[in-house]
Amino acid sequence: MSEPVITARGFTKRYGEAVVVDSLDFDIIKGETFGLLGPNGAGKTTTILMMLGLTDVSAGTVRVAGYDPVRQPLEVKRRVGYLPDLVGFYDHMTAVENLTYTARLMGFARDVREARIADALARVRLLDVAHKTVATFSRGMRQRLGLAELIMKHAEIAILDEPTSGLDPQSTHEFLDMIGELKHEGVTVLITSHLLDQVQRLCDRVALFRGGRILMMGTVPELARQVLGAGFVVDVEATAAPGKELAARLGAIPGVTTVKQTGDVTYRLTADHDVRAEAARAVVAADGALTRLSVDNPSLESIYTRLFEKQAATNGEIRDAA
Amino acid sequence: MRREGSPWQGLGSVLLKELADHFDSARMMLLALLMVLAAGVPLYSAIEQLRTTTSEDPFLLLKLFNPGGQTLSVVAILGFVIPVVAIGLGFDAVNGEHNRRTLSRILAQPIYRDALLAGKFLAGIIVLAINLMCLWLLVVGFGVLLLGVPPSGDEFIRSLVFLIISIAYAGAWLGMAMLFSVLFRSPATAALLALGVWLFMTLLWPMISPFIAQLVSPPDIRYQLLGVLDPQTAAWQQGLSRVSPYLLFEEAARSILTPTTPSLGPLLDQVRALRGEVVGAALPLRESLLIAWPQVVGLIAGAIVLFVATYVVFQRQEVRA
Repeated sequence: MSEPVITARGFTKRYGEAVVVDSLDFDIIKGETFGLLGPNGAGKTTTILMMLGLTDVSAGTVRVAGYDPVRQPLEVKRRVGYLPDLVGFYDHMTAVENLTYTARLMGFARDVREARIADALARVRLLDVAHKTVATFSRGMRQRLGLAELIMKHAEIAILDEPTSGLDPQSTHEFLDMIGELKHEGVTVLITSHLLDQVQRLCDRVALFRGGRILMMGTVPELARQVLGAGFVVDVEATAAPGKELAARLGAIPGVTTVKQTGDVTYRLTADHDVRAEAARAVVAADGALTRLSVDNPSLESIYTRLFEKQAATNGEIRDAA
Repeated sequence: MRREGSPWQGLGSVLLKELADHFDSARMMLLALLMVLAAGVPLYSAIEQLRTTTSEDPFLLLKLFNPGGQTLSVVAILGFVIPVVAIGLGFDAVNGEHNRRTLSRILAQPIYRDALLAGKFLAGIIVLAINLMCLWLLVVGFGVLLLGVPPSGDEFIRSLVFLIISIAYAGAWLGMAMLFSVLFRSPATAALLALGVWLFMTLLWPMISPFIAQLVSPPDIRYQLLGVLDPQTAAWQQGLSRVSPYLLFEEAARSILTPTTPSLGPLLDQVRALRGEVVGAALPLRESLLIAWPQVVGLIAGAIVLFVATYVVFQRQEVRA
């Protein structure tokens, strides 16, 4: 495993009594795309602001790109690009002027500045509107301008907070492609979202976040195994020759944990791996007619829903007990 | 815990950007126009009045600023208009960034909040200073053109000191406007409250403070019989009135611009009369400066205190929208 660029240990944020972020431990590896998922108010934005040194850390430590954001925020912010949710620009200034301001704050010399801005605007396909005021920009264009800022900074780490919220499907698609390009260049991307299919498409690893805690962290298949148990759900629709008990035969397949008859001729198997081939063989062996065979890929959505359902259930129990 | 890196990093960039914003904005044009128009009327009447008495007065230039008597003076108008201009420049300095959602993006660049706030404050001061300097040049220029009398060195320095006093005064109001822009998320609330304070300080306080002074320290009957002010009541009255930056500015401007009658309220006049000084004789520049010094320091200190308060509140504020 390569070196981590963000390391958090016991990372905590309290507002008075309320604990918003509760002793997080995580590592983000250089070059990976990491998704931070959770409902609104789970503490995602607060976590990000603490990593940038924009809000105080109540307890614990964090290192970002080798620096401590509490004491060396300037070094951190020089290396990290942050795209806040609903990013704002100065409406009366043009795209280039807005980026020039940022570049000046970064301390870039004039020639570096101009070259990088032109390059960044070309990358996000805003070059033709470079000299129009941002007031005329659509939501998607603003978001792309925000991304151009990160590209212009040559950020090592890109932190994107809800980057696709409020975008139409077309813009979302384009935007995700651009994030993908960043990833190919070796930029470490930290992305928060509640749009799960996007995160699943883009992220190497995800952390499920709730109530200021990381409930679970890992790749999507890993999480599926943990949350959904066996992980693979295979639906079989088949009729068997009379006298041959299909359910029992399906249950006998190695790896299958449960078989449920969901209709006259439909069965649902849960298994620890993809058992479609074995299921087909079992149906044929029983002289049956196989009409449909499908497997549910573990989707982040189902993991997410299931996890939070479980959580709600446990919380309910606790509340009932008390 | 010490943070590393200079708090001034990025200050120049913020300053330049804010200056450019001010000079581009329609708001700035309007405020400058307001200032020139407001000062133009009393200037005109002062010139009309002075034309008839040119030969009698040794301090013609200063009379342009403050003709004395009941006429509306440039000083009084400035005391009124400068706060409006300063509030107009500062009331949405920080909450405007919040509302445009630019604050978190800008603070994610390698600068400290110090630079953002100081840059905005300095830009405001510079703009105000440029405006006031233009106004000063206009007054002096018109004076020379229309009256045809060149100012003496003494007068020139006095009027320059007045310029500095008015910049300090503007700074105090800018500090207050910016404090409100940090305290209140809505620019409209900040503007209304700042204007409320302005009305209170410039209109109501000068009327209320004598009453409070009489309540706190009722005048002795013996003084009343003699027909003079009780020194203690007068002291209270003066002390209370100095809470208002408007009255501080007026006092300072008066003592600098009217060397012949540096009347500093009933108390000091009485004291000076008792000491055998002739109230009404022209004071040398040095003495006038000494008299105005506490007021000027008060104004500058006010500006600094308000800026520090703004700074402290802003440092502790959450950046998220």
